[in-house]
Amino acid sequence: MSELSELKYTPEHEWIRIDGDVLTIGITAFAAEKLGEVVYVDLPQVGQAVQRGKVVSEVESTKSVGEVYAPVDGEVVEVNAAVSDNPELINDSPFDQGWLFSIRVSSDALAEASFIDLEAYSAITGA
Amino acid sequence: MDTAVNAPVDSTQPHGRLSPLDDVHRAGGASFTDFAGWQMPVRYSSELEEHHAVRTAAGLFDLSHMAEILVKGPGAGAALDYALCGVFSTLAVGQARYSLLLTTDGGIIDDVIVYRTHEHRFGVVANAGNRAQAAGALSVRTAGFDATVVDESDALALIAVQGPMSQAIMAKLPDLHLPTPVADLRYYWSTTGAWRGEEIMVARTGYTGEDGFELYILAEHGASLWSALLAAGEEFGLVPAGLACRDTLRLEAGMPLYGHELSLDTLPQQVGLGRIVKLAQKGEFVGRGAVAHGPSSDAPVLVGLTSDGRRAGRAGYPVLAAEGGEPVGVVTSGALSPTLGFPIALALVSPSRAEPGTELVIDVRGKPMPAVVTSLPFYKRPTTD
Repeated sequence: MSELSELKYTPEHEWIRIDGDVLTIGITAFAAEKLGEVVYVDLPQVGQAVQRGKVVSEVESTKSVGEVYAPVDGEVVEVNAAVSDNPELINDSPFDQGWLFSIRVSSDALAEASFIDLEAYSAITGA
Repeated sequence: MDTAVNAPVDSTQPHGRLSPLDDVHRAGGASFTDFAGWQMPVRYSSELEEHHAVRTAAGLFDLSHMAEILVKGPGAGAALDYALCGVFSTLAVGQARYSLLLTTDGGIIDDVIVYRTHEHRFGVVANAGNRAQAAGALSVRTAGFDATVVDESDALALIAVQGPMSQAIMAKLPDLHLPTPVADLRYYWSTTGAWRGEEIMVARTGYTGEDGFELYILAEHGASLWSALLAAGEEFGLVPAGLACRDTLRLEAGMPLYGHELSLDTLPQQVGLGRIVKLAQKGEFVGRGAVAHGPSSDAPVLVGLTSDGRRAGRAGYPVLAAEGGEPVGVVTSGALSPTLGFPIALALVSPSRAEPGTELVIDVRGKPMPAVVTSLPFYKRPTTD
């Protein structure tokens, strides 16, 4: 799983792919499994300013709701419209087709971020 | 990400009690959830597929966490008449009845199904989380009667076959010997027979809004019965199903769930269950005075709510007036209905807002979602001609 090891994670079960100053965010397979089948996704608007730790997206399953936080300060530059039309992509392909949104990071925000690596994340989930 | 099911997301999985069918669930690839202190299957593959299977074919549920409390003796019927809000002493052997265990204040300790299995023996099935309260209350309340209360929960496995194909599946279950064919078993009746020589009780009851059967057998035979049912049901589309789809199924059927719609703070009349309290047909019973007095005129009442879109109101979300936006109630259960395709919810609202057709608003995490009061159930199974 070398690809997963290239991602960063948060203890809130989000994954982050860092590409320069653009961060792509989704929820982990562990979180998707625990939520159950996703039936609705609420995505932010492109251009929307987001604040680290604030809710920017919601992922709803038949049974419950997952809130997705901005992992850094920044601006939404792209959202994955495919998951709005096909929320099950989050269950079927959480690390790939089920990505949620990407953020352009404000200056220095990345340096202040406290992401964890796959090993630390796996320790949290017990996987 | 944070979720409303934070406990299951927690890495420190609670080590709950295990079903006698635990091994077959794990072998079958189930995901588990902690439910009332039990580790029970939440889904096998897909809760939506399991949901649809129960509506169109059949699903197999392990309900071994439910509490089975035996009340036996010549005074058992009279004891239950006093302990619960229904009439049981006049039930025919084999007949079943849904009822409530009330406090003296009329609050609901639990909802139960009572089966008269023999002339002097009744089985009371209570919710897993209320086992101790139900067994305790029954023991105390029957003390003055010629009846004995035995909590048999640990000894029994309970398996439910639910869905339009359930009768066909039961008829194909090998080695089942009942006094009458399952086709002749009426809704809310049960019969006792043998499966592979072991005593089994088969009841035509359920909690999904579909036709179905619930099977009680000694715990050590549960796993083999489960496997035999799966094999018998394969040709009919039977799938193993978990608690996740059970919740959406019961919600579509408008059935209350303890801890959501039913609680110590709700009187039966508030949640549409006034009809099961038999004030006229029986004498003294626990809660009689409070229920006869009834809830106050402004006490909230249970309604169904439907909305457009894909976003669901959830338990605990405020319900607001459509005009003015003042709080008028709270959602007790809600989901995007897999069968209907739109959001449904049960809510306790002010009686002045309970008329079907009343427009309300559900506060979905700060965003207003229009909702309309709707008659229950949301889903009713098609009648067969």
